[in-house]
Amino acid sequence: MGKIFFYAVLALVVVSGLIFAPEHAGLAIHPMDQFVVQPLFGDGHIAWYTPTNATLWMGLAILATVALMVMGSSRRSIVPGRAQSVAELAYGFVYKMVEDVAGKDAVKFFPYIMTLFMFIVMANVLGLLPTSFATTSHIAVTAVLALLVFVTVTVVGFVKNGAGFLGLFWVSSAPLALRPILAIIELISYFVRPVSHSIRLGGNIMAGHAVLKVFAGFAGALGLFSFLPIFAITAVYALEVLVAFIQAYVFTILTCVYLKDALHPSH
Amino acid sequence: MATETHGAAEAAGGASMPQLDFSTFSNQIFWLVVTLVVIYLVLSRVALPRIAGVLAERQGTITSDLAAAEDLKAKAVDAENAYNKALADARAEAQRIVADTRAEIQAELDEAIAKADDQIAAKAAESEKAIAVIKAGALESVQVVAKDTTAEIVAVLGGNAEADDIAEAVAGQMKG
Repeated sequence: MGKIFFYAVLALVVVSGLIFAPEHAGLAIHPMDQFVVQPLFGDGHIAWYTPTNATLWMGLAILATVALMVMGSSRRSIVPGRAQSVAELAYGFVYKMVEDVAGKDAVKFFPYIMTLFMFIVMANVLGLLPTSFATTSHIAVTAVLALLVFVTVTVVGFVKNGAGFLGLFWVSSAPLALRPILAIIELISYFVRPVSHSIRLGGNIMAGHAVLKVFAGFAGALGLFSFLPIFAITAVYALEVLVAFIQAYVFTILTCVYLKDALHPSH
Repeated sequence: MATETHGAAEAAGGASMPQLDFSTFSNQIFWLVVTLVVIYLVLSRVALPRIAGVLAERQGTITSDLAAAEDLKAKAVDAENAYNKALADARAEAQRIVADTRAEIQAELDEAIAKADDQIAAKAAESEKAIAVIKAGALESVQVVAKDTTAEIVAVLGGNAEADDIAEAVAGQMKG
C-alpha cells in the first residue's frame, strides 16, 4: 500500500514536472554561483583592497559580534537580560573549553580563541540568511584561520618547551624500534592538521549551501509540486543551522587540543 | 541575476568552484585579517574584560549573600537560645516565688492557729471558773432552800427543831 502510494506520488511529480515546468527555467541549477566573490561597487578587477561581498559579510560579522558581546553586555546587570545571557553563555562556553581542554595556563590565549569562535559562528549564521554570502565557505578564509592556529601553536610550542617540543613526535611509551616510524607518522599528521582543520569547516559550509541551492533549483523546475523540495530545503536548512554552530565548536575545540599539545607536548 | 553571476563565475576562473579562483584570494585574506584584528581588539579591550567583571561581580554578590544569610541564621539561632533561656529562668523564678509565698502563708497560718488555740484555752479556763462559781452559788442556794423547807416541814409536823440540827441534817443529806 505504502509502495503504491509512493510510486503514485513519484509519477505525479515527474508528470507535473513535465507539464507545469516553466519553459525558460528548465533545470538551470548553478549551486556554486552563490560563492562568487564580486566587487560591491562596479564590475571591475578585484584587487586585494577592493571592497567585495566578502568584505561586506565579514563586516556584518564584526557588527553582529559587537552587537552581541559589547552592546549586549553594556548594562553590566547582576541579573542579565536576554542579550547579556547569550553573551555570557558564549563567554563561559569558550572559556570553559579552553580551561578544560588546553589547561589553566592556556587561559591567556582565551581572547584569541574567542575571536576565532565568534568570527566563525557569526559568519556561519549570517551566511545562512537568504541571498547572503558565506565567507567561511571559502578555502582562502578557512585556510588562513587554520594556518594562524598552526603557526601560533608551533611558535608557542617551541618558545615554551624549546627543543622539548619535538618530544611530541617521539612517542616514548612505544617500543624503541617503533619510535622512528611513529615519529614520521606523527610528523605527517602534524602537518596535515591545518589542511583538515580548514577543509572541514569550508567543506561543510560549502556543501550545505550547495545542497540548499540544488533543492531550490528543483523547486523552480517542479512547478506545482515544488512543495516537495521546499520541505527538503526546510529540513536541510535546519540541519545547516546545527552545522553552523557545530563547525564553529569543532574548529574551536581542535584549536584548544592543538594548543594543549604545544603547552604540554609529552604524551 | 542567476545567469549573470554564473557568467561571472565562468569568466573569473573558468573553474566551476569559485573557491579555487585564486585571483580573489588576496582580497579575501586581506579583509579576513582586518576582520580578525577588529574582532580581537573589540573582544580583548572591551567585551571580554567587561563580561569577566560582570561574572566576578555576580559571583561576589552570591558569595556575600550566602555569608550574610549564614550570619542571619546564626543570629536567629542565638536569639532562640536566649529566648529559651529567659523562659526557663522566668519559670524557675516563678516557682521560687510560689514556694516562698506558700511558706510565708503557712507560717502566718501556724501562728494564727497557735494564737487562736491559746485564746480558746484561756476562754475555756475562764468559763470553767465561772461555772464553778455558779455551781457553788447554786449549792448554797439549794442548802438555804432545803433548810427553810425542812424547817417549815418540821414546823408543820408540829415539831420544833433547832436551826443547828436542821443545818446539820441538810448538810448530811446533801453530802450523802
